[in-house]
Order: sequence, then C-alpha cells, then structure tokens
Amino acid sequence: MDDLYRDEILEHYRRPHNFGTLPSPTAVHEGANPLCGDRITLMLGISDAGVVDEVAFTGRGCAISQASASMLTDQIKGKPLEEIARLSGQDVLDELGIEISPARLKCALLSLDTLRHALADRIAWQAGTDVAAR
Amino acid sequence: MTLTAENAAARATPESTAGTATVRPPLDPQALRADFPIFERLIHGKRLAYLDSASTSLKPRRVLDAMDGYNRRYTTNVHRGIYTTGEEATAAYEESRVKIARFINAPDPHEIVQVRNATEAINLVAYSWGRRNIGRADTIVLTELEHHANLVPWQLLVQEKDADLEFVPIHDDGRLNLQTYEVLLRTRPKLVAFTHVSNGLGTINPVREMVEMAHAAGALVLVDGAQAVPHLPVDVQAIDADFYVFSGHKVLGPTGSGALWARRELLDAMPPFLAGGEMIREVHLRRTTFNDVPWKFEAGTPDIAAAIGLGAALDYLADLGMDRLREHERELVGYALEVLPREVPGITIYGPASADDRGGVVTFNLPGVHPHDVATLLDRDAIAVRAGHHCTQPLHERLGEAATARASFNVYSDRDDIDRLAKGLRSVQRVFDRPTSESHAATTQASANDLD
Repeated sequence: MDDLYRDEILEHYRRPHNFGTLPSPTAVHEGANPLCGDRITLMLGISDAGVVDEVAFTGRGCAISQASASMLTDQIKGKPLEEIARLSGQDVLDELGIEISPARLKCALLSLDTLRHALADRIAWQAGTDVAAR
Repeated sequence: MTLTAENAAARATPESTAGTATVRPPLDPQALRADFPIFERLIHGKRLAYLDSASTSLKPRRVLDAMDGYNRRYTTNVHRGIYTTGEEATAAYEESRVKIARFINAPDPHEIVQVRNATEAINLVAYSWGRRNIGRADTIVLTELEHHANLVPWQLLVQEKDADLEFVPIHDDGRLNLQTYEVLLRTRPKLVAFTHVSNGLGTINPVREMVEMAHAAGALVLVDGAQAVPHLPVDVQAIDADFYVFSGHKVLGPTGSGALWARRELLDAMPPFLAGGEMIREVHLRRTTFNDVPWKFEAGTPDIAAAIGLGAALDYLADLGMDRLREHERELVGYALEVLPREVPGITIYGPASADDRGGVVTFNLPGVHPHDVATLLDRDAIAVRAGHHCTQPLHERLGEAATARASFNVYSDRDDIDRLAKGLRSVQRVFDRPTSESHAATTQASANDLD
C-alpha cells in the first residue's frame, strides 16, 4: 500500500473533519493554490478570550490538501491564539506524517497558509515559522 | 544583414517538408527512443513513460550535439565577430531562421523573428502591432480554448486601450462553435487570435476556414501554433494567417527558442518591441534608426545555442516526416480513446470523440480522485502526466473542472506507454477505492455533520 496515501490520509479526505460553514464566523479566508486549483475556505469562531471555539472549512482539491485541512482544523480547535501562533509548516507536515515531495508541498501547506491569512490581523506570525520552511 | 547564398537556395525549395509521393512505413517509436538520451536513465527502476510532451518535448541527441558544438567549438556572438568563429556562429544562427521558414513553409526567412517562445511572440505582436493598431472600442476575438499566453497579453492590451474582447465558445466536445464565431465577426474585429491545436483538449481547429472568415470580415489573424508545429505538417501560406507563432521546446528543440512568422509588410510597419543592440542601424544620443526586419525585433544577444538547437530539431523532424508523425499520433490517440474507457471504469475523457479532430492529447479525470493524486501515484510507476489546468483556466471553468490530468505524445510515445497508463490508473483506483478504518473519523464525525 502506498505510504503517501495511508489509511488516515484517505480517511480524512473521504470524511473530512469540521467540514462545512459557520453561520457567523469571526474570521474567514479563502485560500487557493493557483497551479492546481486546490481551494480551501476556512471559517473561525474566536471568543473574546482569544480562543478558537469553532472552526469549519469547505474545499475542493487533492487528497493531501484536503486531509491536511481536516487535520489542521482538529489541531486548532479549542486552542488559544498564542498557541496557534506557534504552529509551523513542519508541525503540519509532522501531523500528516508522510514524505511530501517539493512539488506537493504547496498542497500540504495550503491549509496553514489559509489559516495565517485568516488570522493575519490577530497574529504576527513569527519569522522562522514560514510556510515554505521545512 | 543578408542571408547567405546557400540559405537562399534552401528557401527556394519550401516543398521539401510538404510530404513525399512515396509512402514510407510508420514511425518506429521504440527505435527512435535510442535517439533520446533521457531514456538511458531509469526512473524508480523503470523506463520513463513520458506522456507530457504537450508541456515540453524530450530532446534528441542531434539537438544536444548541435548546441554542444556551438558552446564548445564556436561560442561567439552573432552579427559582430569579424573572425572565423563569429562568422560560423552568425551563419548557424541565420541558418536556423531558414530552417524555421522552410519547416512552416514561410515564403521568406526575413519574415521569421527568432524569439524565446510562443509567449514572447504573442507579446511582441500585442505590444508592437497591438498598441499601434488597437484603439478605443475596437474588438479582438479570441476563443474559450486559449492558453493563457494567447489571452493575458490581449487582456492587458484592451485594458490599456479601452477596447473589447469577445470569445468564441466551444461545444461540449471541445470543438469551436463556428456559428457563434460568424456572429462575432459581424462586430468587425480588428484582430482574431486563436490556437491551431488546443493544448487542453487536443482539438484541431479548422484554421484555414477560420482565417478566411476573419479576413472576409476585415480582421487580421494570429494563430498560436505551439501545439500544431510539433505534431502536424504546418504550411503558413496555405493557412494564410497574418501572424503565426510557436515554441521550440515543444518541437524537440531547446527551451529559449521559438519563432514569430508575420507578413513582411506587417513587420516592416510595426514599431520595435524590445530596444537595444542589434535592432538598430544608427544610434545617436537623441535618435536612432532601426535595423531591417527581422533583426529590428531581435534586440540584445539572443539565445544562440537554443536557436541552433531548434534548427537541428526541425532537421530531425523533417527527416522523419511530419505527415508520418501526425499519422503516428492519430493512431495513438485512437488507441488511447479505445483502451482507456475499456480498462479504466468511470474515466471521463474530455475533447473531440474522433482522433481525426485531435492532436496527440488525451485529457481525463478519474471520479473522486484529484488529478494531482493521479499524477503522484503514476509517477511511482515512472509514468509522467500533467495535472492541473494546463494554463487554460477559462477552459477548465467551461468544463466545470478545477483541474484535469493530461497524457500527450510525440515520436517516442507508443502503445506500451498507453497500456502502462491504463494499468497505472487502475492501481490509482485501487488505492482510492480501498476500504479504510473509520476509527480516526468516528470521534469528530458528529460535529462535521452538524456543520453541514
């Protein structure tokens, strides 16, 4: 069986977690990978205390991009923004747990990139947590 | 600047590429692979099944040797050196121009501008001819099939000039709707620009008929030949367009080579595009007179090795015979259109149903599998296909797909490649169709459903 498409990835692709929309999100961003047409719309409900209480996404794209978004939404749900600010590209790749070729890196990291845009006015993302950094 | 006597003699026989009376046997792709050094290496332990020639073609040894010869033995600038190697370089560079003219049956090599690729050629026309001739409320007619290279330069032009773009729609099978084309021509467009062969669907457009209709409506015509010159015999005099462009790297030539053909009187009247050395006759501090065409449009040191490599590629293809290459690809497309639906359940194939209306391109999707995942898994079997929108995003919007996978052919492609593709697609389906445990999903499935 192919490692890149191991059961957990395929399962997230088939039945993505937190898939859908929020009626009144406090932060929204639509991210797209123009080369392949992967697309993710991420919606967040952030409490006054700065905690991501609710998260939902919709999207269309390859198994890697959609599984990555599904896993990322699990990861950030219920977390305070300070903790989310420390999320790096490597964390996302570790969660996926697969060897990603350079050509597919953008698919894997589209969800994090979308999250960063959604939270751009709330979090000053640290250098060194660059999406492209591995 | 003049062309050599030898070259002048060569251009007197344009019919050399027009096909011969004797019928030659079909191309032998397995034997021809020996001409392409890339097949000496194995990918993941297997022979490369290269099915991405519409993106760029592989390069035969003859091209590499020609470039290497220039780089090692007479690497010198062109049109400058008054010494042996300089004259050799100039002669080889100009000889490529003659070979390009002969290959597409242009009446005069002076009508060939050597450029980096089809994109640069179209930009040259848009900036030079377009900025002078397109004005407010003028119309340019394009089609839904166009590569971004034959779309975005015109968007920039009409934005600057406050002019309009109109688009010929396609039928569901990827052929152009010529009835609508006829209606659009009644807007009296200044220019019609369309692709000879679609890179997205392989559609071979009825160029001659379309040019005739455009001319009758008073429009000039640019034909994007990027997917035609590598795969069909092309005769620009028979097509009778006003501009014809192609890239060298898709014609078994190197990247950084390509050509614009345009009618001499158009080129003469067009202002320069890029300015600098070579394109000038006399330069004074406050005024400059320009070189003759085509050199007026070749500012700066060109990619000389690439131009020489392109000449060698066209020699290689002319020797094989473009009519044989077309027949080879027609046969392969027919085979793929028969085998893939039979061997790969559920596959969707886009574009014309008949191989007669298609260049060597088969675009497809598997249900429930993104083409990127298809391409990644096929790569494990050393099968190279393109996945994405192939620089035709509007066409993909029309198809209702964000992306597709595409297999495309050239001289080295054979039935074995297509059999391997079919087998590879079956194993992609096995990966994606297999049952997986729902244990990871079970915990949060309820919340996902709530959100729906």
